[in-house]
Amino acid sequence: MRKQRDMISKMPNKAVHYIYLITVFFLTITGFGQMPIFKRYYIADIPGLGWLAKFYVTHYIHYLAAILILALAAYMIIDYFVLQKKHIRLTVSGYVRGAILVGILVSGIFLVIRNLTGSRFEPGFIIFLDLAHLGLVMTFLMAAGYCLARKRSWVTLR
Amino acid sequence: MKQEISRRTFLRGGIAAAAGLAASSIPGSAAVAAPNEKAQLATLLDISKCIGCGACVEACNETNAHKYPNPKKPFPKMYPNRVPVQDWSEKQDVTDRLTPYNWLFIQHATVNFNGEEHEITLPRRCMHCVNPPCVKLCPWGAARQLDNGISRIDSDICLGGSKCKKVCPWDIPQRQTGTGLYLDILPSFAGNGVMYKCDRCYDQIAEGQLPACIEACPEDVQTIGPRDEIIQKARALAKEINGYIYGEKENGGTNTIYVSPVPFEELNKAIEKGKGKPHLNPVKDTMAQANNLTTAMVLAPVAGIAAAVGKFVKLTKSSK
Repeated sequence: MRKQRDMISKMPNKAVHYIYLITVFFLTITGFGQMPIFKRYYIADIPGLGWLAKFYVTHYIHYLAAILILALAAYMIIDYFVLQKKHIRLTVSGYVRGAILVGILVSGIFLVIRNLTGSRFEPGFIIFLDLAHLGLVMTFLMAAGYCLARKRSWVTLR
Repeated sequence: MKQEISRRTFLRGGIAAAAGLAASSIPGSAAVAAPNEKAQLATLLDISKCIGCGACVEACNETNAHKYPNPKKPFPKMYPNRVPVQDWSEKQDVTDRLTPYNWLFIQHATVNFNGEEHEITLPRRCMHCVNPPCVKLCPWGAARQLDNGISRIDSDICLGGSKCKKVCPWDIPQRQTGTGLYLDILPSFAGNGVMYKCDRCYDQIAEGQLPACIEACPEDVQTIGPRDEIIQKARALAKEINGYIYGEKENGGTNTIYVSPVPFEELNKAIEKGKGKPHLNPVKDTMAQANNLTTAMVLAPVAGIAAAVGKFVKLTKSSK
């Protein structure tokens, strides 16, 4: 039992943690790249960042990163609710960040459906999705920044 | 007679579009529907009939003048300086290219084909793609696709970032600085006006009328109807005149189908191309690349769950 607890306490392991951070970084930067700002504000002029002004490139990378975050989210949810529920618990900041992430994922899924040929969402709903997706990301970044500064963890041992 | 058939099919398409709209009134309903070839209205342009008289251009300008921009001057100072001021308000008479004040123009070409010289004129405007990237990739939802296949930009919401133009394979939308919502937000730092393009007279169509360019054409160059019927007509016409089709497959399919007596490759070489003057190149489906990842997106959570289960099994074994 103790052995299992020791193993669990090391989770999520570093690899998953770094994959999550890199995925969120690319999702954020390519997400902001959907707005025409990187060229306007010279960021795409920085050597190596020209791709940020190419909408189809950022769109494609955003989709790739979305695939990763969906896989990670499913992994973490099962991991928490099935494997580790007895040994660790989500902190308040973990619940807050998790809820925001779920909102981002759900609005993102709707936007992916919107992009398919033949999708028929109401214009007002599409505007809501666009603004909700962006607003939730901004909220998530602020929450993540606060948690980083105050060293708030997602989970704690029971 | 042809015009009568066109009107009948047009009205039928309008009814189908209305039914589609009613069915999708709840957000999310019919979200992953197949392209509705009945509801989407397409136009067939028989180039061999066009005499380049410009009646369509004139009618378009008259009918849509109330939608044209009325910019406030002086324009806000833009930061950084690289942001271009695009002002067409002093050049509203320009009709030889697309501008915010001219959504349709006539392209001219002289093509030698099969030992014969062809003087070709063709009306050019928005292609109204079946899956329009200008609509789908607009970051604010300012561009929208109607159930009848029309893509239009809402000038009350558009911030003029010009993304729609950059993602459009034909660079159709045109910007006017000094007008629109951006003036009420951060005019110097975000946005730059409003993008304008053909909306295929969506307001006239909603009232059961034909778009102005179709109504005004003395040669009946254009026919409008449900996309599947228009495609059939285009193929039949191409077969009849031994001609060529453009717009059926371009960008994954459009609702503007040209039929020409000469190959579009030759036509594309002969037309004047450039700013506000779209090409006739073959165009791959621009939305397909990312959309092809949708299956992987559906499978991703399954992979995540499988990985978690794998971990569970490994832990169970090691704890024994």
